[in-house]
Amino acid sequence: MDSSRERSDVELVKLAKGEDFSAFEELVHRHSGRIYSLLYRLLRNREDAEDLLQQTFLSAFENLVRFREEASFRTWITRIATNFALMKFRKEGKIQMVSLDDPQSYTEEGVPLPREIGDWSVNPGVVLERKELIETLEGAIAALPPIYRYVFLLRDVEGLSNKEVAGIMELSVSAVKSRLMRARLYLRDLISHRLKE
Amino acid sequence: MRCRDLLDAISDYVDGELDESLCADIEEHLKGCNPCRVEVDTVKKTVTLFKDHLPYEIPLAVQDRLHRVLRERWRKKRNSAR
Repeated sequence: MDSSRERSDVELVKLAKGEDFSAFEELVHRHSGRIYSLLYRLLRNREDAEDLLQQTFLSAFENLVRFREEASFRTWITRIATNFALMKFRKEGKIQMVSLDDPQSYTEEGVPLPREIGDWSVNPGVVLERKELIETLEGAIAALPPIYRYVFLLRDVEGLSNKEVAGIMELSVSAVKSRLMRARLYLRDLISHRLKE
Repeated sequence: MRCRDLLDAISDYVDGELDESLCADIEEHLKGCNPCRVEVDTVKKTVTLFKDHLPYEIPLAVQDRLHRVLRERWRKKRNSAR
């Protein structure tokens, strides 16, 4: 094998299953930053994110031989992390049906009708300073009730399919789609509001 | 297609999950409806903004602890297998 070529996750998983610890360490190095950000965004607490990051990779290490590789390692590790976060939330009774409803009107399918949204002819990523952009985005994520936050982060940020998110969240695919739409519009409205300031 | 119909389909449209004929209907509607164009554009940009940025870095001490704990677990496992 050409040692200068970056090994794929599939190759690293095979090596790690064969007890090559450096291959597992490479997988940790590759995915831990993303998983930490996901956990932090889900839990909104640094210590909890740190603890669950460790639990996630320990669990992956212990269960790697049982990983059937039907999904990618990325999806598998995301599922593990999210399940830990969900367990924590459920244990603490934080997952509730908090609705984003307000006096806004909805279409027949339950999609909120748009408010007055200004045209984003210039991308907010260009208009806002980096620090300001991060504050805006993270503030918006934090303001999103957990049931919407989980679906949005898993689907739009982590790139899982609707079916995968439905499986993790124990929801129907149509419930995932509906929550995703509401989350997107809610976040979009918050960013628009910030742009107007 | 009415604006309300487009709004119901907007998420699937942005995700590329609609069949071709419905996409064509939407694109036809968008040609003549600026508010819906803004809707689609801003939803797309919202998704991209969040996807493109990874806000939190793992503190170095946490990274070190993670690698140490995993290495210890690996040693234990290797020793017990012998």
